[in-house]
Amino acid sequence: MTTWPILSVVTFLPVVGALLIYLSRGDDEAARRNARWIALWTTLITFAVSLILVWRFDAAQPDFQFVEKAQWLASGITYHMGVDGISLPFVILTTALMPFCIIASWKSITLRVGEYMMAFLLLETLMIGTFSALDLVLFYLFFEGGLIPMFLIIGVWGGPRRVYASFKFFLYTLLGSVLMLLAIMALYWNAGTTDIPTLMNTAVPRNLQTWAWLAFFASFAVKMPMWPVHTWLPDAHVEAPTAGSVVLAAILLKMGGYGFLRFSLPMFPLASQDFAPLIFGMSVIAIIYTSLVALMQEDIKKLIAYSSVAHMGFVTMGIFAGTTQGVAGGVFQMVSHGIVSGALFLCVGIVYDRMHTREIAAYGGLVNRMPLYAVVFMVFTMANVGLPGTSGFVGEFLTLIGTFKVSIPTATAATLGVILSAAYALWLYRKVVFGKLTKPSLASIKDLTLREGLTLLPLVVLTILFGVYPKPVLDMSAASVQQLVNNYNTAITAVKAAALLQ
Amino acid sequence: MSFESAGYQLLPVLPELVLAVGAMALLMLGAYGKDTTKLVTSLSVGLLVVVGALVLMLPGGKLVTFGGSFIVDDFARFLKILALIGSAATLVLSTEFLADPSRRIFEYAILVLLSTLGMMVLISAGDLIMLYLGLELMSLALYVVAASNRDNAKSTEAGLKYFVLGALSSGMLLYGASLIYGFTGTVSFAGIAAAAKSDSIGIVFGLVFLLAGLCFKVSAVPFHMWTPDVYEGAPTPVTAFFASAPKVAALAVFTRVALTAFPGIVPQWQQIVVFVAIASMVLGSFAAIGQTNIKRLMAYSSIGHMGFALVGLAAGTVEGAQGVLVYISIYVAMTLGTFAVILTMKRNGQHVETISDFAGLSRTNPLLAFFFAMLLFSLAGIPPLAGFFAKWYVFVAAIKADLFTLAVVGVLASVVGAYYYLTIIKVMYFDEPLARLDPMRMELRTVLAVAGLFNIFFFVYPGPLVSVATSAAKSLF
Repeated sequence: MTTWPILSVVTFLPVVGALLIYLSRGDDEAARRNARWIALWTTLITFAVSLILVWRFDAAQPDFQFVEKAQWLASGITYHMGVDGISLPFVILTTALMPFCIIASWKSITLRVGEYMMAFLLLETLMIGTFSALDLVLFYLFFEGGLIPMFLIIGVWGGPRRVYASFKFFLYTLLGSVLMLLAIMALYWNAGTTDIPTLMNTAVPRNLQTWAWLAFFASFAVKMPMWPVHTWLPDAHVEAPTAGSVVLAAILLKMGGYGFLRFSLPMFPLASQDFAPLIFGMSVIAIIYTSLVALMQEDIKKLIAYSSVAHMGFVTMGIFAGTTQGVAGGVFQMVSHGIVSGALFLCVGIVYDRMHTREIAAYGGLVNRMPLYAVVFMVFTMANVGLPGTSGFVGEFLTLIGTFKVSIPTATAATLGVILSAAYALWLYRKVVFGKLTKPSLASIKDLTLREGLTLLPLVVLTILFGVYPKPVLDMSAASVQQLVNNYNTAITAVKAAALLQ
Repeated sequence: MSFESAGYQLLPVLPELVLAVGAMALLMLGAYGKDTTKLVTSLSVGLLVVVGALVLMLPGGKLVTFGGSFIVDDFARFLKILALIGSAATLVLSTEFLADPSRRIFEYAILVLLSTLGMMVLISAGDLIMLYLGLELMSLALYVVAASNRDNAKSTEAGLKYFVLGALSSGMLLYGASLIYGFTGTVSFAGIAAAAKSDSIGIVFGLVFLLAGLCFKVSAVPFHMWTPDVYEGAPTPVTAFFASAPKVAALAVFTRVALTAFPGIVPQWQQIVVFVAIASMVLGSFAAIGQTNIKRLMAYSSIGHMGFALVGLAAGTVEGAQGVLVYISIYVAMTLGTFAVILTMKRNGQHVETISDFAGLSRTNPLLAFFFAMLLFSLAGIPPLAGFFAKWYVFVAAIKADLFTLAVVGVLASVVGAYYYLTIIKVMYFDEPLARLDPMRMELRTVLAVAGLFNIFFFVYPGPLVSVATSAAKSLF
């Protein structure tokens, strides 16, 4: 049916936009306006085209769709693209959030606007590519390539400690990834190909599984980020410009979880099984410890950053539970967190643009002058807490159910985290929004403008919609998740049966 | 074709003969003409292009002459073309340096030509004698070129230092060669390969000295000490030359000697190469961090990169040799591009060399900064740039040969190395701009554009280079 390479078009459309911006360069006001509009239209068109993917996607089919394959590096390393029910939600999440990022930067970025927009568009291509690559080398190219624009975004347009934050982000992530690169090479050597669908059906020797799992883990744990390698995230978040934080929290962090789902579980099922207790332990520590750390923060962005680490703890826990609910919950939680944390950073950006500070202590009583903002911020805070009726609840609930089936202590401890998350999120909300408006600097603060309101409205709608009706996302991924879980269980029972026979 | 002398086919050495004769003719032209620097330089570039074409026009397959001491196979063709590209690009980069009326040294181009001749002989060497001849021809010209900025104490010091240490390394190489000759009774690589089956202590002894001499030429640790001083002291175009073409030739002969002369005692030389590779990668990465002079930094960077290239050789397989070839090709492109940028670093007619002089380049000259940043990311090995693929091939070879420790240390060193490349990018992109640089000269722009575009778009169509490198690597086995 598809005659044109729709997935490649979605992936590389932003690059075309970036080229257009380059061609219309100049540094006067007109050029800046051009850059903004070109970027916005590019991301909107990309989103529209990506909706065709949803339209034509056959959710009953667990295999890869919209597959494209072309000669590239060697016989075993090809340009192979495709999406299944696990990756499509992330592709859509990316294309859907990018316009928000562009709009969020509309007024706040005045310096080198063209370059900023180009960096974002390139980043979009690399992110979509990461989720739709079906070849390990191609995946690595997109995965690592994303470091370059993000490094520049943090470093050029970031806050006062931007240099430290950008270096930390870059080197931390690179360190994890180079080990994965070696594992990719080892897999290439083992199977003679880096084709992901082929590798999924290739049995990897037990020994190699363990090492490769650890190497992939090094990369994804940093990217996710999991405790104790999460320390780059608060720095990066605090220093990045608003849109940078949104992309970081909403999409880049998901690459780690996506990697676990795409590689660790299907390719190294035995090692995944072996290391599941480790993951559970780290997830629980992440959930409880980072929640406690979040309670102590004085910077709004830092608090949300730590809460992200805690929420990603639920995701890793759910994924490595290896049950249908756990994995489906992990996917859903990532999508939901993408929307909610993105929106929270946008909310922070809105008050930051007005006050130029992110200190919690500098705010208080915003509800008196910004009632609309208070409502919107509350919806996202509640979603962050995981209140039933918001999308945050569905993901946490599913991952917890999925984990209860496998490890009751883990799930019990993780449930504590839900309480803690309520504590820090509500504390933040009370400090910033409620109370008397006593600070003179806040006396003339303005409520949401039309642009800001229109930006946040779709996110509010989605948060509540997915909270009461999560079916679209769950259905989209159901078949692929089921296949993943089945294969995982088959591999493990096969080994157990073989062990019994001996 | 009856193109022979004293019973030896001369066709395989035709490109070298043309180069030698051409260089002599240009020397005459320079000596007897007036104000001929520019003419001689342009003609030299032309001569290099002609020689390159001749290399490509030679009949295919393996050609051997002079009783096996001169070999033209795909490996030699590949590297000769690469060395010629490096030399020609360096001459182009030197235009400005030579145009300075206070200098006017037409010999510069001649010396580069003679050095290139040495490289071509070295690349085709089939025995130890030819190896030594090529190596000395190449090096002697290089010593003089290093000191070509005659009135500058640093340049003279660089030349002298290079000469003294180079002579020492030649001595070691000769000592090793004579030991090997003594224990095997032959100087030809094929003969040595046939004789050196068992690990006789004498041969291993000779091997160590031979490799030490070669390590000096590729500036691998622990024979790297000359590199930072010479790179810093020599005039910048000369540094660009040192960093490109001679490295190609030295790495070529390193690979050829290890793989064709000592295939019987792989474990013996493998451990040496593994050690040298690890030491070079680690030292190159760590020592570069503290540098403030961009040329010194590039010196440590090249030490590190030679370490990475040797990772491929350590594997000792076809894939490894292919990795070395891909690595050195991409490295030459990256280096030439980088030096085109460094040569642009002029403010009010004065060359500036510290890293802080790049401050804010992304705002005063966005395109230059972009290309340079991409080259630096590429040197750091970040995909999708060419430098990533270079590392990919050598490390795949190392993994296939079960050299896991080497691979792990290598990639970790590359992360450390990424730090100092990032520092330069930070200065260019994050810091406040200084005064504008002088406008970029046309020839520098051309070199930078070609190297930069190759570097950025290599990933789109890597096929040709990789397949040529594969057939070149296969011709060694």
